[in-house]
Amino acid sequence: MPTFLKRLVGLVVVVVLLVGANAFMSREGLFGFGLPYYYAEILNLTGISIILAVSLNLITGFTGQFSIGHAGFMAVGAYSSVFMTVYYSEAAEKWLTGMIGATLAQSLVFLGVIIFGALVAALAGLVVGIPSLRLRGDYLAIVTLGFAEIIRIIILNIDRVGGATGFRGRVPPWDGRLIIPQYANFIWIGGFAVITIVVVYNIVNSDIGRAFISIREDELAAEAMGVNTTRYKVLSFVISSSFAGIAGALFGHFRQFLHTNDFQFIRSIEIIIMIVLGGMGSITGAVLGAIVITILPELLRKLPGDLYGYRLVIYSALLILIMLTRPQGVMGAKEFGISWLKRAQRRPEGDKPVGEKGVPIAQQESAGERGKEIEQGKEHA
Amino acid sequence: MDTFVQQLINGLNIGAIYALIALGYTMVYGILRLINFAHGDVYMVGAFAGYFIALSLGLAAPSFLGLGIVLVGSMIVAAIVGMIIERFAYRPVRKYSRMTTLIMAIGVSLLIENLFVARIGAAPRAFPDFLGSQSQPPIHLFGNAAISKAQIVIFLVSVALMLLLQWIVFKTKVGTAMRAVSFNLNSAKLMGINTDAIISLTFAIGSSLAAAGGVLTAQYNPNIDPLMGILTGLKAFVAAVLGGIGNIPGAVLGGLLIGAAETFVVGYGSNIGIASTYRDAVAFAILILVLLVRPSGLLGSTVQEKV
Repeated sequence: MPTFLKRLVGLVVVVVLLVGANAFMSREGLFGFGLPYYYAEILNLTGISIILAVSLNLITGFTGQFSIGHAGFMAVGAYSSVFMTVYYSEAAEKWLTGMIGATLAQSLVFLGVIIFGALVAALAGLVVGIPSLRLRGDYLAIVTLGFAEIIRIIILNIDRVGGATGFRGRVPPWDGRLIIPQYANFIWIGGFAVITIVVVYNIVNSDIGRAFISIREDELAAEAMGVNTTRYKVLSFVISSSFAGIAGALFGHFRQFLHTNDFQFIRSIEIIIMIVLGGMGSITGAVLGAIVITILPELLRKLPGDLYGYRLVIYSALLILIMLTRPQGVMGAKEFGISWLKRAQRRPEGDKPVGEKGVPIAQQESAGERGKEIEQGKEHA
Repeated sequence: MDTFVQQLINGLNIGAIYALIALGYTMVYGILRLINFAHGDVYMVGAFAGYFIALSLGLAAPSFLGLGIVLVGSMIVAAIVGMIIERFAYRPVRKYSRMTTLIMAIGVSLLIENLFVARIGAAPRAFPDFLGSQSQPPIHLFGNAAISKAQIVIFLVSVALMLLLQWIVFKTKVGTAMRAVSFNLNSAKLMGINTDAIISLTFAIGSSLAAAGGVLTAQYNPNIDPLMGILTGLKAFVAAVLGGIGNIPGAVLGGLLIGAAETFVVGYGSNIGIASTYRDAVAFAILILVLLVRPSGLLGSTVQEKV
């Protein structure tokens, strides 16, 4: 099958799956079978976590820049997009409805505010990315953390977005929506999760991605080889934070309530836990980590009586246990997927684990011997 | 003028406590290059250890002796807790990547917090007031400036502990070993230093300082709860980075600076349009500004990277 046709089929399958899943999760259900709202909510939040984890993985897993401020970018995206929805979307929708009908107008406006949130978050990423030119390692980490906290406290002090009481809709003296509409559903959230994965996968396997990985492996050597490390580090921050902004926008329009407590330092930590758990520098690992970390606390809610009070203790103990038994994360830097199965079929014996330190399988398949050279070169280093 | 002096006194007081906690961060970082996220929780454990010691011994009446017993007791408990954390959580993953050890630290931090919430509840408890600072009026200096007994004690005890630490690190054999380990762990091992024991000791000392900080804070603000260590720990860490992480005088300087800056924002911020709610953001703002000018902190030394 030609590549174009393959992609088209893939797109159709994804769309059908998303629409089907969304109908299944809606109140009416699909063919009479529906999912209770509680589970639908967990699935939607998992989708948002996937966007966050995969995008953070671009900075931390692939570019090797340690960021503990991802929740800050998410907050920027969430608040800026919801702000647009609450204060300006009604007028825009009315204007568009006359031309293209209500449903399409609403979708278009939502897409608009998501893009707005992403842009504002990208701008924040640019501002945070600039100190990364001078700072390394833990110093950068603490600065990103500081930025996220400052962003949170600034938002806390803006009355128009609710301040300390939280953001539910317009604040009395201004015109606009009284409540935040629930625009986001699984089609949007799942769709953007797929888009994030595809975009990050393609970036990582492009020349930009090589530059990112070279910075992670050895910044000085990358610079010496002609990689403009400054440019790529900032670029990685900007791309990653814009996706965090999208995740925030979806979160805001799904929850219909925003509070700065949702974007505290612990939230950034949670996203880091996802990617470390899944394996740094592995996209599928990040997805896996996002799913586990979002669902695990909910599963622990099912614990009986006495243990219920200890669910968070068990959660943290499990985290410690995983780190003790598998410190490189569940996936390491490996990816899994259809190509992984194909490879296993093609080479039944002697399938040495390649890509131990972050060279993705797909890249190695195309580069063949070169991948092995990189691998060996690293052993010597 | 008297308002300024008053703010300075309050600020340096909070700062002294930040400095005590920051010392633990900086010592551990100096030796293991590990951001010990659980350190803020050790501070909380120290405060609670003091609370339970006072409760079980029936100490509640204002007395210096009572405070002394509680202080020393909580420092011992926290030292043991710190050593346990090091032995069972950090040592097994020490050889792995920095990220792994960091997640481990976060895991330990969450475990301690959640364990305390599950066992004793999230509601704040009232720490006994050993110095009578709530009942006795503060001592007037001049004008409106005053200093409370608690503030004097907090300041004296913290300075004494910092001098003690300085003495241990620079004048004793153990201190020499600690500096050697922080300089180069493998070389220190080759020189016959029992590095594991030294690391363990570093955790013990750092944790006991944090516990002292916890008990002293409780004399100032008697409400203690299992999550009290998160923000304070974070700011103390910021203080350590501000001074130059791994540098002991730097941690003290950073702590005092951040404490003073915070109270000044609360006291004077409204004059220049900064609401007092920005109090918690100040530490981070100062940090970012300082790091942009001096990327390794105020007193930190820049390490030239070898190619």
